[in-house]
Amino acid sequence: MTWALRDSWTVTLRDLGHWRRQPWGLVIGLAFPILLLLMFGFLLGGAIDVPGGYIEFLFPGMLAVTMAFGLETTMTTVSEDVQRGVTDRFRSLPMSRIAVLLGRATADMLASVVSLAVLLVAGLVIGWRIHEGVGNALVGVALLLLLRFAFLWVGIYLGLLFRGQGGVMAVQILVWPFVFLSNAFVPITTMPGWIQVLSAWNPITATVAATRELFGNGPATENAILLAVVWPVVLSVVFATLAVRRWTRLGR
Amino acid sequence: MAIRTTGLTRRYGETTVLDGLDLTVDAGTVHGLLGPNGAGKTTTVRILSTLLDPHGGTATVAGYDVVRQAAQVRRHVGLVGQHAAVDEILGGRDNLVMFGRLSHLGTRQARRRADALLEQFDLVDAAERPVSTYSGGMRRRLDLAAGLVLDPTVLLLDEPTTGLDPSGRREVWQSVRALVAGGTAVLLTTQYLEEVDQLASQVTVLNHGRVAAEGTPDALKASIGQDRLDVVVRDEADLPSAHSALRAVAQDAETDLDGRRVTATVTDRMAALTYVVRTLDDAGIVVDDVILRRPTLDEVFLHLTGSTKEAS
Repeated sequence: MTWALRDSWTVTLRDLGHWRRQPWGLVIGLAFPILLLLMFGFLLGGAIDVPGGYIEFLFPGMLAVTMAFGLETTMTTVSEDVQRGVTDRFRSLPMSRIAVLLGRATADMLASVVSLAVLLVAGLVIGWRIHEGVGNALVGVALLLLLRFAFLWVGIYLGLLFRGQGGVMAVQILVWPFVFLSNAFVPITTMPGWIQVLSAWNPITATVAATRELFGNGPATENAILLAVVWPVVLSVVFATLAVRRWTRLGR
Repeated sequence: MAIRTTGLTRRYGETTVLDGLDLTVDAGTVHGLLGPNGAGKTTTVRILSTLLDPHGGTATVAGYDVVRQAAQVRRHVGLVGQHAAVDEILGGRDNLVMFGRLSHLGTRQARRRADALLEQFDLVDAAERPVSTYSGGMRRRLDLAAGLVLDPTVLLLDEPTTGLDPSGRREVWQSVRALVAGGTAVLLTTQYLEEVDQLASQVTVLNHGRVAAEGTPDALKASIGQDRLDVVVRDEADLPSAHSALRAVAQDAETDLDGRRVTATVTDRMAALTYVVRTLDDAGIVVDDVILRRPTLDEVFLHLTGSTKEAS
């Protein structure tokens, strides 16, 4: 095993240690999307009329939105480590330099896997079902994790870019209109014309359309699965490049 | 030679923070780096610990160049920065094991080193508790321990006692003394001149990114002259009389209203003392205290960096 991998795993273990020490932190993280799911599904959902029922329509959207919210978690952790000097400590050690980012990525992806699993169970409990077989459903889950992976690098980049509470707060606020500007909660066709264009281009929209198709929770749309692969891959490449550049230039 | 910098320069945008710093720290000594905020102390430490690239000049730490041999520098240099840079949620032991593993000790070796450091810094009882429950002094001790995982030959301490109460400060001082006894060279930046007085055998005073003065603490004190005579009067109204009594035997005399104190630099200490006490006694002025002393590093510092503490 190379040092980069071993060091990354050590950094990942730090986060797993946090879960063990503060399980309520993890529980709150898991409870939040479930709360949103229940609020939208049962408080707003009654007024929203979509073919196949709102829960079936909403659930894939809720999964993708949860992946997008991961951006905040990643950004907050990265920015706190920079502020508290933990990043400096890591950078002053004879460890693999890239391991700090890779370890962060691994830890956040693991957390997202757990979060998705819990949400899927919650969905089944409130009546959501898959209709296209387990194989397709697993592809859908993979696409959701791919979206999380893309937002992870956006989060790392923004966390390194904005130091201080202001940046984190701005992102925490802006992420809301960003997720609403998609097909996650309502069909895009119900939106005003020019907003439809924006929403159609939202990477979340691609993933939601693809997972709806793969879970059998909505009609198949043209190129949905292709876009749900291309969008996150492009975002990952761009933001991972920016994040690594930023990281290697912290000392300049 | 533990640390040597030549013409070290660093800018932030248009501002030059380090302007050709030449610094030499001998092995096995504590070297104090003093200076007002913005003098370049932290920038120096960050360059020496490879966190920041210099824009000019060279720096070697433990014999390695901080730019060309950064990896070796990281293996031989311990850093304790301004913030206690440890994980708040994990326990002290978990923190040290993590830093040990990241310093490429084997798992078992990392655990052994963590235990030894917990013992050394008197943190065994708190080893499993989350760091967020530690006192300021304990946190700093853990931070020191984290900087020592690889037994560095050079330790960089950036304001290690800022924000600590007096007992926390003493705890850290004791730890530093023990380290130096073990042969580690320490570069210490601080705002507390008393700290340098307590710990350092050599001092460099920085101002505007340049060396304003260097030497032993005693030599620095001697460089701005002679003994100081302080008189503390009971009644504030007597301050002018005390001032003129001191002026008769000294060139300068400064009045500190809050402390009801007049301070002056004197050349012939005993003659001055006798004269001042007799004069004040004759005038019927009640004196609470008379102190004859060497200048404090504070006075040296203010003298060298050109700031004035109070109106004379």
